Amino acid sequence: MKQLLKLSAASLLVVGALTVQASTLSDVQAKGYVSCGVSKGLAGFSAADSAGNWTGVDVDVCRAVAAATLGDAQKVKFVPLTAKERFTALQSGEIDMLSRNTTWTITRDASLGLNFAGVNYYDGQGFMVKSSLGISSAMELSGAAVCIQAGTTTELNLADWGKANGIEYNSVVSDTNAQTLTNYDSGRCDVLTTDASGLYSMRAAAKDPSEHVVLPEIISKEPLGPVVRQGDDQWFNIVRWSLNAMITAEELGVTSATVDEVTNNPERERLMGRSGSTHEYVGLTPDWTYQIVKQVGNYSESFERNIGINTPIGIARGVNALWTDGGILYSPPFR
Amino acid sequence: MKKLILESLGKSQHRGLNFRDMLYNNEARAFFFQVVTFVLVIGLFYTAIGNLFHNIEERGINTGFTFLKNRAGFDILPFLGNYVVDYTPESSNFSVFYVGLINTLIVAFVGIILSTLIGLFIGIARLSSNYLVAKLAGAYIELFRNIPILLQILFWYNLFINLFPHPKQSFAFFDIMFLNQRGLYLPRPIPEEGFSVVALSLIVGIIAAYFVKKHFKKKHDLTGVYTSTWPFSVGLILGLPVLVFLALGSPLQFDIAVLGKFNLRGGMNVVPEFLALTFALSVYTATYIAEAIRSGIEAVDKGQKEAAAAIGLTPTQSLKLVILPQALRVAIPPTINQYLNLTKNSSLATAIGYPELMSAFGGTVLNQVGQAVEILAMAMLVYLVISLFISILLNYVNKKMAIQGR
Repeated sequence: MKQLLKLSAASLLVVGALTVQASTLSDVQAKGYVSCGVSKGLAGFSAADSAGNWTGVDVDVCRAVAAATLGDAQKVKFVPLTAKERFTALQSGEIDMLSRNTTWTITRDASLGLNFAGVNYYDGQGFMVKSSLGISSAMELSGAAVCIQAGTTTELNLADWGKANGIEYNSVVSDTNAQTLTNYDSGRCDVLTTDASGLYSMRAAAKDPSEHVVLPEIISKEPLGPVVRQGDDQWFNIVRWSLNAMITAEELGVTSATVDEVTNNPERERLMGRSGSTHEYVGLTPDWTYQIVKQVGNYSESFERNIGINTPIGIARGVNALWTDGGILYSPPFR
Repeated sequence: MKKLILESLGKSQHRGLNFRDMLYNNEARAFFFQVVTFVLVIGLFYTAIGNLFHNIEERGINTGFTFLKNRAGFDILPFLGNYVVDYTPESSNFSVFYVGLINTLIVAFVGIILSTLIGLFIGIARLSSNYLVAKLAGAYIELFRNIPILLQILFWYNLFINLFPHPKQSFAFFDIMFLNQRGLYLPRPIPEEGFSVVALSLIVGIIAAYFVKKHFKKKHDLTGVYTSTWPFSVGLILGLPVLVFLALGSPLQFDIAVLGKFNLRGGMNVVPEFLALTFALSVYTATYIAEAIRSGIEAVDKGQKEAAAAIGLTPTQSLKLVILPQALRVAIPPTINQYLNLTKNSSLATAIGYPELMSAFGGTVLNQVGQAVEILAMAMLVYLVISLFISILLNYVNKKMAIQGR
C-alpha cells in the first residue's frame, strides 16, 4: 500500500520530467542495470533466498535481458511488487520491465499503456484444499470461503466460474501472497485459488505438502509473460526476443554447457550471432544471444532448475513443452 | 496633526493613482505580491495537471471516468456494504466505490463510539485515587500508543483467525449467536409488515422524551423544584416502541445461522476483518482520547470542585454541572483530531483485506482498470469530505462548549 502511494506520488512528480523520454535501452546501459519488477516471493518463479539472491523462471527472463543488453546476467535490480502495485510501477517508469507471473489479457495489453512481450509460462487457475476436507472436485465447493489475492485476473475468473456453475462462495481477499497463505493455513477460508503453478509452489513450501490437494479443475487460461511499457518498440523487441532466444536455444539443443561449440548448423550459428546481422536490428552487440544462453541457459535449463520435476515444486513440462515435444511453446524463427 | 493628514489626503486625491504612491503603500504592495503568488500557484498546478494528462494519454493509458459504469466482475467479501448496495459481480465499478464507502463509514462510526467509551473510561481511571487502577490505565496507554497501528491491526487479525475455532466447533451462545474464526454470527433481523410503525414510535418516543426533559428543566429554572426525568425517558424511548411492537403482534423474524458443509450459513456475519480493524483502531485511538480527557479534567482548577461542594452540590451534580463542562472545553479539540485520525487510519484495512474504500476501490478496481490518478483522486476526495464533515460537526459542538464571551 505504502509503496503504491509512493509510486503514485512519484509518478505525479516525475511526469513533467518524463515528457521527453529517452529510450529504455540507453537508460539501462547508462545506469548499468535492468530494473525488473518481480513478485514478493513465489518459489520457483521469483523468490529471494536468505542471502538475497533471486531465482526463478520469471527472474531468469530479467537476467536474460540483462545478459543481452549489458553482457552480465547479474546486473539486475529486482523490485518486489504486489499484484496491485505492479502496473503502476511499470507505467510510472519505476521499473524497466515486469516479469511477475502476470497474465496476458486484452484489457491489460490494450488499456494500460503496456505491452506483453511473450509468454514464458502457460498457466491456468486451479484450486487447492486441505485433504482432510475429503473433496475431489471444485464442483463440490458451494458454500465455501475462498482465499484469493487482490488485484489479479483470478478474482475475475472465479466470479465468472461461480456464476456459470451456480456455485456460491465467500471471497476472502488479501493484499499479499503471504497473507493469502496465512488465511488459508489458519482456516479463515476453505479453498485457496490462484494459478496452478502458484498452488504447486505454495504446496511445496507447506509444512507437510501431502496435507493439501490441488483439485483437477483448471478454470481459465493464464498465459504468463514479461511486460514492458508501450511506446518503446526497441525495448519491446529486446525483451520479446531475449525470451525467444531461450526457447529457440532449447529447440536447437544449445545449452549453457555447449554454447561455445561451433557447429555446421547455420540456424544455430545465426542464433549465436556468429553469422548474420540480426543483432543490429535490436541495437545490441553480436554476442547478445550467446550471453543469454551462456549465463542464464536455455528455456529447458531454466525450467528444470527452478520448477521442474526434480525440484520441490515438481511441475511437469505439460503444455509448456516445445511444440516439437507435444507442448505449445513456439518461438518465431531467428532469421 | 489633523491638518497634516487632511493635507496629505488632498494631495494624493489630487494626483490620482500614482505609481510612486502605490510602491510605498503597504496595502498595495501586499496585494500585488498576493496576486503574483496566487497566479504562480495556480499556474504550477495547471501545468502539472495538464502535463500529467498529456503524458498519460501519450502512453496509451485510458483516462476519464467511464470505467465507473463498467461491470466490476469480481466478488467482495460479504459485509454491510454488499447488503446495502446488493452487490454482485455484475454490478458496476461505481457500486464498488459505494460498497467501499459504506464499509469505511461503518468502521469510522463504530470506531469513534468505541474509542470514546474506552478513552473516557481509561482517562478517568488514570486519575483514580486507586493506585492499581491508575497504573493499569497508564500501562494501557503506554503500551498501545507506542506500537504502530498497522502492526496492531495485523496482530489482532491474525490472532483472531488463529485463536478462534473452525466453524464446525464454533462457540455458541444460546444457539443463536456463534463465534468462530470466520467472525461473529448474529441473528439477522427480518422486518415484516408493520415494523416501520415500531421504528416510527421509537422516533416519536425520543422526541417526546426531549420535550418532557425540557419541560422539567424549565420548571426547575422557575421554581427550583428538581424532578428526575429518567423514568419518563426510559418509558418513552424504550417502553413505547415495545408496546407498539407487542400490539402489532411482533412483526420481526430472525434468521439464525446454521452449519453448512463448509461454513455457517445465514444469519448476520460480522467478519473478522471488520472486528480486528475496528478493535485495533479503537484501542489505539482510545489512548489519545484518554490523554485528552485526563488533561481536560486536570485543567479544571481544584477550587471549582470546592466551590461546587460549598454551595451544596452533590458530587455527581458537581461532576456533571461544574467539572465536565469545563473539562470538555479543553478535551474536545484534541479529541476531534483523533476522530479524524481514526477515520483516515481505517484505510490501513487494505493490509487485512477488509473491503473498505482503499482496499476494494483504491485497490482492486485500480488494478483491474489501471487508472491510478482518477481512482486515487476519488478516494482522496472522499476522505477529505468525511474528515471535513466530522470537523465541522465537532467544531460546532466545540463552539457550544467554549466560554461564552460576555
